[in-house]
Amino acid sequence: MTAPLLAVEDLKVHFARAGRGWGRPPEVVKAVDGVSFAVARGRTLAVVGESGSGKTTTALAVMRLAPITAGRITLGDTDLGRLEGEALRQARRRLQFIFQDPFSSLNPRQRAGDAVRAPLDLMKVGTSAERTDRVAELFAQVGLRPEQQHLFPHQFSGGQRQRINIARALATQPELVVCDEPVSALDVAIRAQILNLLARLQRELGLTYLFISHDMAVVEHICDDIVVLYLGQIVERAPRREFFARPLHPYSVALMSAVPTVHGGRARAAARIQLSGDPPSPINPPAGCRFAGRCPFSEPACATEPPPLREVAPGHAVRCRRIDVVDGTPRPILQAQAV
Amino acid sequence: MNAAPAQAPDAKPLLEVQDLRVEFRTRRGAALVLNGVDFEIRPGETLCVVGESGCGKSMTALALLRLIPSPPGRISGGRVLFQGEDLVTASDATLRQVRGNRISMIFQEPMTSLNPVFSVGEQIGESLRLHAGLDARQARARAVEMLRAVGIPAPERRVDEYPHQLSGGMRQRVMIAMALACRPDILIADEPTTALDVTVQAQIFDLLRELQRDKGTAIMLITHDMGAVAEMADRVMVMYAGRVIERGSARQVLDAPQHPYTQGLIECLPALGSSQHDDRAELTEIAGVVPSIWELGQGCAFRERCRHALPRCAAEVPPLVDIGGGHAAACWLRAGDAAAEQAR
Repeated sequence: MTAPLLAVEDLKVHFARAGRGWGRPPEVVKAVDGVSFAVARGRTLAVVGESGSGKTTTALAVMRLAPITAGRITLGDTDLGRLEGEALRQARRRLQFIFQDPFSSLNPRQRAGDAVRAPLDLMKVGTSAERTDRVAELFAQVGLRPEQQHLFPHQFSGGQRQRINIARALATQPELVVCDEPVSALDVAIRAQILNLLARLQRELGLTYLFISHDMAVVEHICDDIVVLYLGQIVERAPRREFFARPLHPYSVALMSAVPTVHGGRARAAARIQLSGDPPSPINPPAGCRFAGRCPFSEPACATEPPPLREVAPGHAVRCRRIDVVDGTPRPILQAQAV
Repeated sequence: MNAAPAQAPDAKPLLEVQDLRVEFRTRRGAALVLNGVDFEIRPGETLCVVGESGCGKSMTALALLRLIPSPPGRISGGRVLFQGEDLVTASDATLRQVRGNRISMIFQEPMTSLNPVFSVGEQIGESLRLHAGLDARQARARAVEMLRAVGIPAPERRVDEYPHQLSGGMRQRVMIAMALACRPDILIADEPTTALDVTVQAQIFDLLRELQRDKGTAIMLITHDMGAVAEMADRVMVMYAGRVIERGSARQVLDAPQHPYTQGLIECLPALGSSQHDDRAELTEIAGVVPSIWELGQGCAFRERCRHALPRCAAEVPPLVDIGGGHAAACWLRAGDAAAEQAR
């Protein structure tokens, strides 16, 4: 494997919260608690998990939009975590963000063309005429008509607005694009258009995606590698094909089995692995395995000893003490019912 | 395999909607947002209503209980027959007896549809005091019971908490507890799981199925997720631009969709398992977007996005025709088949 474009090592993002009551120590929300991964150039890494698992915070930390408590983030040869001031501002052209909500992420009083042009103006890319050409080129790339540059966001549909967001993100020719649930706010019929567009742009421009999502079917379609987060920690990390053929961590399996499918129908629903309750609080995470309280397969030791993230097959790491490796092949302790 | 529907297929419908029309008055004139919607709900069944936003799903649900913001909206035609009474013309007093009691509703956003200044117990108890005549103490006891029924841990404590103290999944359970407190005949659920994680969605669906089995409640589930339809529906109704364009049993519609729009909705999403066999095929797209109400013109509203559009599609709106076994579609491609079938 070539050197990764993005490498995150032992990232921690903790937020302090005022203590409850006089004299009590402040509480610490451990939103991201020791996350490591790498993305090769031109590839897509999906980060999945429930709300509160830390996936968006991880993305924001990579973008330097959330405070980094500890750990190292490198983009190519640049140590992103150490950059400050003008150097950080200049580095931002190399990494861009596509937000989830196409409605609130565009200024309602700014014309679409101006929104796409703004990063070029801010970064002083080229001459004024070159910027105008570049905006026209970007509009064509994302499938918008040139005259639509003069319209305001409310004159576009959700899918078109997401195209504007994509054009804006691509304006500075970034290497890494962080997509935070880019299709979950869109109508089902429009999602395919945007997913196909993202795939085409990646092919044409050699983009690298960090793709945040909770939709397992979308992730399976678009990613090359996958990381599953639970309560601020990685519980499983694997290449696409291996993961979806045989998810190992009980949480991954439960997550997969919760997805309703057209062909699975009620049989699949009946065979589902039930998770009860909500994830515990990231303020005082359990001492042992963070998933033990909801895990149908936990044993007493799970609640006391935190399991390490260990590699059980090439490229496939899992944080569960109950996965045995027999003859070099990991054995899942439970299997989603094939439907 | 599939559990048999709880009711006999020829059971008398609980609710019959006939030729329902809703219009909104705007500066550009009257906009017909529902245009001749017909359907029925039978006891104990789940009817799923599917379509993109703007196609009239939520409007249909609101119209059933006459909850359309008026003005500018109004029901301009049609009937909603519930137990022999037409809810469109019923008195306000009658409607109050029906809303939240015989027919209740779960809204999409559990955060905004709960009142932040009342405890969840008070909110669940409200309908019980109004409809069942319980006093405050009885209502509270019943609220605890309902919270337990929807699977909220420590209901005795939770009953006095406020919405902000609950997670999204728990708030949606509270909404369900509220909706079911009076044991309604029909529960209308408008995208009840859209804002929730898949694991929580699975819990909510299980809960709805269980409550339906125990209490025989009919469910009208509004959704855009075909997976959810496959899991929940006995029957399906697909809407587009204010009309019903296909309906039938869940298996008929999912296994052999007849309208190109329904086919598109099923095909356009990636399926689980795609990593194991394909070489990352492009997803099938439904081109374009839902037309605005002003761009409908004369013909089929879907023609601009349709792969199979015929000249006739631009001229006439296709009628919803039965193509056998209660499966109906509104498409000229199918209308021809059906006519040929009848001629034979």
